[in-house]
Amino acid sequence: MADEVVLLDFWPSMFGMRVRIALAEKGIKYEYKDEDLRNKSPLLLEMNPIHKKIPVLIHNGKPMCESLIIVQYIDEVWKDRCPLLPIDPYQRAHSRFWADFVDKKVTEVLLKMGTTKGEEKEAGKKEFFEIFMILEGELGDKPYFGGETFGFVDLSLIPYYSWFYAIETLGELNIEAECPKIVAWAKRCLQKETVAKTLPDQKKVYEYVEQMRKRFGNG
Amino acid sequence: MADEVVLLDFWASMFGMRVRIALAEKGIKYEYKEQDVFNKGPQLLQTNPIHKKVPVLIHNGKPVCESLIIVQYIDEVWKDKSPLLPSDPYQRAHAKFWADFVDKKVYEVSKRVWTSTKGEEREAAKKDYFETFKILEGELGDKPYFGGETFGFVDLSLIPFYSWFYAIETFGEFNVEAECPKIIAWAKRCLHKEIVAKTLQDEKKVYEFVGQLRKLQGLLE
Repeated sequence: MADEVVLLDFWPSMFGMRVRIALAEKGIKYEYKDEDLRNKSPLLLEMNPIHKKIPVLIHNGKPMCESLIIVQYIDEVWKDRCPLLPIDPYQRAHSRFWADFVDKKVTEVLLKMGTTKGEEKEAGKKEFFEIFMILEGELGDKPYFGGETFGFVDLSLIPYYSWFYAIETLGELNIEAECPKIVAWAKRCLQKETVAKTLPDQKKVYEYVEQMRKRFGNG
Repeated sequence: MADEVVLLDFWASMFGMRVRIALAEKGIKYEYKEQDVFNKGPQLLQTNPIHKKVPVLIHNGKPVCESLIIVQYIDEVWKDKSPLLPSDPYQRAHAKFWADFVDKKVYEVSKRVWTSTKGEEREAAKKDYFETFKILEGELGDKPYFGGETFGFVDLSLIPFYSWFYAIETFGEFNVEAECPKIIAWAKRCLHKEIVAKTLQDEKKVYEFVGQLRKLQGLLE
């Protein structure tokens, strides 16, 4: 029986992009369903009743939620090709730690920057750079966080790059000036076809963010 | 060469208790090093420079941080006995989802209750606390454990919070069993396991500790 794979997602979601990259890396055919997050479909609410969020991967009718959990599932089921996590348990724990760091810290600081003004926003910007400096420290001189090849941590972080233009323009900051290694790493990742095809255009993301800001009165 | 396993921990930490349960389940000998979380030592700061938190597992000199990541590491390295996660990928993803839910929700709602002041703030915190546990009761259903017939990853991630129930009930002025009887029944079932019973901290001791924390945060009563 052929696998039936459906992805409930929303095109600018960094979390959704992680799953799309993983599916592309493994060469898995799937049906993509873009959700209207202001009007969530009954399928999404049924498949993720707890958090009601995308992405949700539905594999042969069974739903999986939370992007990093989905990516690990994909890696375990389609284990015959393109491993996303290392085999060694210590390296796996190390990768999970840094993907978890990205999840906890990067999203939170972006939210802070996007929803605050004045002193709080300036504090948010300072924190943003502190977090990316830490990431640059972890990257070191390696081409990828995974070492010689693109891996779990790279996958968890690279989607944020599609938001950089929006962050820089609205935040009035220059990421490349402060974190050149991260931008160099991102451009290296974009040379991979799976990443280049998955990440949406930065200007398109910026327009989406602008619309959100106007709608919620932050503009 | 024998494995050298060290655990940097704090007696009252729910997160640390998860790791202690996992190590006990696997029968792993280790050196326990109690940390002063108000005055963090150099070894903790060196092995967990990013978050500076317990627990930290140091296996043959290499540190692993974040309790659920540590437990998965333990399960993968000592894979020949007492599996903590299911072997089926879908069941594994399901277990990870619920352990992640516990991580994201239970600690936060618990903290809001014991740091709240009387009145609206506390009532709102209590409401969210019960909603979170009702969701967990829904997931448990009629199963003896979240893992099904046997104690597993989700049970391990949640049971340490039971040693904080007395403190939360007393400061929050409510009764968990009245609202969530299934959770209490499940917790008492888990406590029949010697490993869990030996690991969970005395609830009165935790209550005194939470009292100290509240004083430090300027919350009287």
